[in-house]
Amino acid sequence: MGTKWVEMDGERYPATEGDTVRDERVVDGLRVWHPRRSKAAALLVRGVDLPVDDARVLYLGAGAGTTPSYFADVARAVYAVEFAPSPASRLVDVAETRGRLFPLFADARNPSEYSSVVEGVDVLYQDVATRGQADVALENAGFVRDGGLACVVVKARSEDVTAEPEEKYEEVAEKMKEEYEVEKVVDLSPFYDDHAAVVARRQR
Amino acid sequence: MGSWFEHGTDADSLEESMEEKGGPDTRNMSADAVEKGIFETRDAYYDALHEATIEVARRRVDEAVDTAERDVVNAVRTLETLNEQMNELDERGRDWEEDTDRVPVEEVKVAHEALEDARDETREFLEDRTPELAPNLSNLAGPVLAARLVGLAGGLDELARMPSSTVQVLGAEDALFTHLRGDAPSPKHGAIYVHPYVRGTGADERGSAARAVAGKLTIAARIDRYAGDLRPELADEMDEKVERIRERGDG
Repeated sequence: MGTKWVEMDGERYPATEGDTVRDERVVDGLRVWHPRRSKAAALLVRGVDLPVDDARVLYLGAGAGTTPSYFADVARAVYAVEFAPSPASRLVDVAETRGRLFPLFADARNPSEYSSVVEGVDVLYQDVATRGQADVALENAGFVRDGGLACVVVKARSEDVTAEPEEKYEEVAEKMKEEYEVEKVVDLSPFYDDHAAVVARRQR
Repeated sequence: MGSWFEHGTDADSLEESMEEKGGPDTRNMSADAVEKGIFETRDAYYDALHEATIEVARRRVDEAVDTAERDVVNAVRTLETLNEQMNELDERGRDWEEDTDRVPVEEVKVAHEALEDARDETREFLEDRTPELAPNLSNLAGPVLAARLVGLAGGLDELARMPSSTVQVLGAEDALFTHLRGDAPSPKHGAIYVHPYVRGTGADERGSAARAVAGKLTIAARIDRYAGDLRPELADEMDEKVERIRERGDG
């Protein structure tokens, strides 16, 4: 168990042990976690420590479940929230293949919808495409244990098309300080243009 | 207000607790449940939670997909009706132009403006909702045509199961049956005619463009139905394909 690294075409990639969910490559019996297909993999390749091994994770914006499936390969429990019906439908299929992946068809902007289900978590991972990404992270702060990690993906263009991407990232990081101690902002290019992740610690 | 397992450990209890929109004061559910003797081990707790979350999510997603589908199909039909009514009013308006003192021109103008507002609202609704239901199809066809295709097919599921040759002539059923009776050539396009890549391609290559567009839209519908994530590369592939067809037409 745990996140591992494999070599493919001369590059090192994170990889996990688990059944494939899409058409991802398998190297030495491990599912390659490709940085162009998962922002979390891009973060790992960028050297960010995402402590999901054996952790409890709240995943907001779970999409069709590809990245959550990698988390679920190594984590103790993954609560995966998605609100768009089409991806959520696929997320449920993926969750059926992972015993510790719990799909929640709910709106991450209204945490009360899942607050009877989600326990305290070590990691909040957020990749929602709506406006007000910082607000979502703040409203869900109550789920994160003291000292737990929040990793919030910010898409510059879904916030404001006119502002410089860097300004947008800083604005989100600044807002998050209400509930978190911001550690760093990691740009996800070249894997994802106009995307960055704010990495922060929960401080009560 | 409490944890999902307080009044039972099945999917119904979980769903009820989600609808109550409240949670426990402390967030140690897996430990609490074992401590209270509701589950023997944490693994048993997670197993039950897994089963219940999957059942509830499946129920709610199926319901939401049905609702979303009905909403966008209704909206696109409303949009068509509004457009027809506005066209009709415009035509009558022209007939009346010389007779302004005997007809209620101002009132008709007000009615027309109301129709316009309704059309704009409906279009905005489609622009919001169709991408949620079918992100890739909307990205390639635009939300209005995407909704129209879903409606003509009788649902996203039905659309995703169709061969692309059927998608190509959806909405041209009359022409297709005339053709099948042997009275006319086969139609080259149905509703997809309004796609800029079909309408905007010269007559010689329009059939090829229609086939290429239908092929990509069919793939998009299948990804929307079976995967659900947005894949921007599909649009690039369609751009390139149509570009090649058009170059062939120019040469």
